[in-house]
Amino acid sequence: MTISIDPQKTNNESLQPKGWLRYFSFSLDHKVIGIQYLVCGFLFYLIGGTLASAIRIELASPMSDFMPRDVYNQVLTLHGTIMIFLWIVPVVNGAFGNYLIPFYVGARDMAFPRLNAVAFWLIPPSGLMLVASYFVEGAAQAGWTAYPPLSITTPQSGQIIWILSVLLLGGSSIFGGINFIATIIKLRRPGLKLMQLPMYCWAMLGTSLLVVLSTPVLAGTLILLSFDIIANTGFFNPVLGGNVVVYQHLFWFYSHPAVYIMVLPAFGLVSEILPIHARKPLFGYTTMVFSIMGIVVLGLVVWAHHMFTSGTPPWMRLFFTIATAFIAVPTGIKFFNWVATLWGGKISINSAMLFSCGFIINFVFGGITGVALAQVPFDIHVHDTYFVVAHFHYIVYGGTVFIIFSSIYHWFPKVTGKMLNEKLGILHFIITFIGFNLCFAPQHWLGLNGMPRRVAEYDPQFQFVNQISSLGALLMAISTIPFLINVFLSVRNGKDAGDNPWNALTPEWLTSSPPPIENWEGEAPLVEEPYGYGKNF
Amino acid sequence: MLNKNIYLILIISLVFAISFWIGFNVNLLPAEASINAPIYDELFKILFIIGLIIFIGMTIAVIYSLFKFRKRNDQIGDGIALEGNLSLEIVWTIIPSIIVLLIGLYSYNIYDRMGGMKELNHNHEMMSSNTEKIWAGISQTSDNEMAINNLSIEVSAMQFAFLFNYPKGNFISGELHVPVDQKVSMKMESKDVIHAFWVPEFRIKQDVIPGQPTILNFTPTKVGKYPIICAELCGPYHGGMRASIIVEEESDYNEWFNKNKKPEVNL
Repeated sequence: MTISIDPQKTNNESLQPKGWLRYFSFSLDHKVIGIQYLVCGFLFYLIGGTLASAIRIELASPMSDFMPRDVYNQVLTLHGTIMIFLWIVPVVNGAFGNYLIPFYVGARDMAFPRLNAVAFWLIPPSGLMLVASYFVEGAAQAGWTAYPPLSITTPQSGQIIWILSVLLLGGSSIFGGINFIATIIKLRRPGLKLMQLPMYCWAMLGTSLLVVLSTPVLAGTLILLSFDIIANTGFFNPVLGGNVVVYQHLFWFYSHPAVYIMVLPAFGLVSEILPIHARKPLFGYTTMVFSIMGIVVLGLVVWAHHMFTSGTPPWMRLFFTIATAFIAVPTGIKFFNWVATLWGGKISINSAMLFSCGFIINFVFGGITGVALAQVPFDIHVHDTYFVVAHFHYIVYGGTVFIIFSSIYHWFPKVTGKMLNEKLGILHFIITFIGFNLCFAPQHWLGLNGMPRRVAEYDPQFQFVNQISSLGALLMAISTIPFLINVFLSVRNGKDAGDNPWNALTPEWLTSSPPPIENWEGEAPLVEEPYGYGKNF
Repeated sequence: MLNKNIYLILIISLVFAISFWIGFNVNLLPAEASINAPIYDELFKILFIIGLIIFIGMTIAVIYSLFKFRKRNDQIGDGIALEGNLSLEIVWTIIPSIIVLLIGLYSYNIYDRMGGMKELNHNHEMMSSNTEKIWAGISQTSDNEMAINNLSIEVSAMQFAFLFNYPKGNFISGELHVPVDQKVSMKMESKDVIHAFWVPEFRIKQDVIPGQPTILNFTPTKVGKYPIICAELCGPYHGGMRASIIVEEESDYNEWFNKNKKPEVNL
């Protein structure tokens, strides 16, 4: 039995640079590309985090005194755009997807290795372009949502570079999505059935469907917006008879599914991590698969809940309330299943496990405020306030970023062959968890009591609570230090991990650490029970 | 086994008790100053209690599992090979579905009481509203009281201010004055970018959109001065885009109105 190998790829292998240099090359190896995504994403995370710190410094006092007001708007626009398009989406999809999916389906590489490399190499230039736009005439300052007519009337160069950059990143995302779908459907090892795949494959299949279905809509919308800016067309320009609310519909048709593009892969990753460290099978595999697909379908028909105060007729508000609230059902099933996975296990309390449990607690909180926000009458008061800011940071930071860290602790031994230091890891978790909750929990109160989002100045009565929030942000910034020290120390001097330090059953652990270039020395193993823990005892 | 069940029931009732206590005793919301506000706060309280029960319950379950099922040093091997439990999974599909459905119906009821599901009508003397299509906002106007005594105000928003036009008095004000306990009907339009009209104490918000008028109706119930906040990013001074709404007794309002009133000019 042979696994098909891209002949061009094998021919090129001898021409590829070796050692650390390959991470700077147009490598076709999915493992190299995965690491490229991860490290590149993390560098942008540091930039986005610096911008977040700047925002929290500005908001430590009620007056606009730390930076000029238009710079503040540029900072918040760049912060949002970088964190979404250059950190979370590329890392949970591109980094872990590229590294893990070929292992999980028993393939030597992704279906389209060249497309894969192109998808990655679109990211650094578009990211740099986005950051550099600040030095041209100032970056975009209409928020990451770029609502017209504000995005049409603010300085053009920044907005146009922003559009170009997001278009390229969207293209990268679509290339990746096509590649994942093709790999999962077509490159499965003979004998491996769909319902035997590790859960992350299902999550990536669902995510990639969302990427392929919705990202083109964003691309089209942004192209129309750029026409409005450059060529004076009137699609969204009310002065020329355009309709600004149509833009919002089109934008959120992508950008709500984008939330699931950011969290579904995290759901997949946590489903891999928990069973291994709890030494128990994943609870309710089949319901997990159906709930992922349920979220994909529902996720496409809820976008207008971002527009309850924009100008939507009553019947539409009602429909989107019910549809949105129902997403809580498949999502809730997944959370109950994870807790049931922990129940009765033999849980190793390590950094990966702690970050995953932190994810469950934070995400449940964000999910509850999400169900509340789905209710039109509730949303009308808190829409566009710090309540919403707090809610989505609980989802994307408390949820997805916690899982990114959990995954790094979990797969670091596979990638490098070394263990990360557990003490530093647990310290990292504690500071991150406290800092995160200190930063974002008080923001719910701010929103309820009258502080709108995206403001550089606010009512002085909110100063104290804002300072608590800024203190939390400071802790989050500090928490990066033990993590970076840990990574740098462990890459050089970490304890040897061996091939399978966690005694895991999923296929990526059934090869050497780091894995050979074709993933397994011999034939790919057939793993029919990726979660078969407890069967032999 | 019996002991275990008793503990479980005890813990669940404790979670419920704590959640209800917090829900009824912790107030996270600003003052209530419109008809909408107490209705909103009722919904908030219910959602808050349900949310607390779920959050505290899940957190306890996670922390308890971490503690109770942690791997001791002397332990080897795996946990139990439990791959699922269909009846349990059906239970935690159906119960959340019912809760979500009930919340949805309840919030529909709340929204209806706020006037959200009413036909959007704007009774306006100055312009013929019959021909104009108004398609967004919250209307509290019920059909039979199509409100001759409604106070009609035209709001225009621009970078970075709100202007309030009182058509009956033929004047424009930078402050919104309204009499207490009287229905106010506002037609809002923006002159440049999207803004939003938000009064936290009234629990209402509506975007003010260029090229598309929106409607917002409300009834203030408490005399006082409240902030009007722009809630949609509208440019560098967005954070400073604020105005005040002054709710006053009818006599005070009339005095203010008559002071500012300008004679009508017939063109």
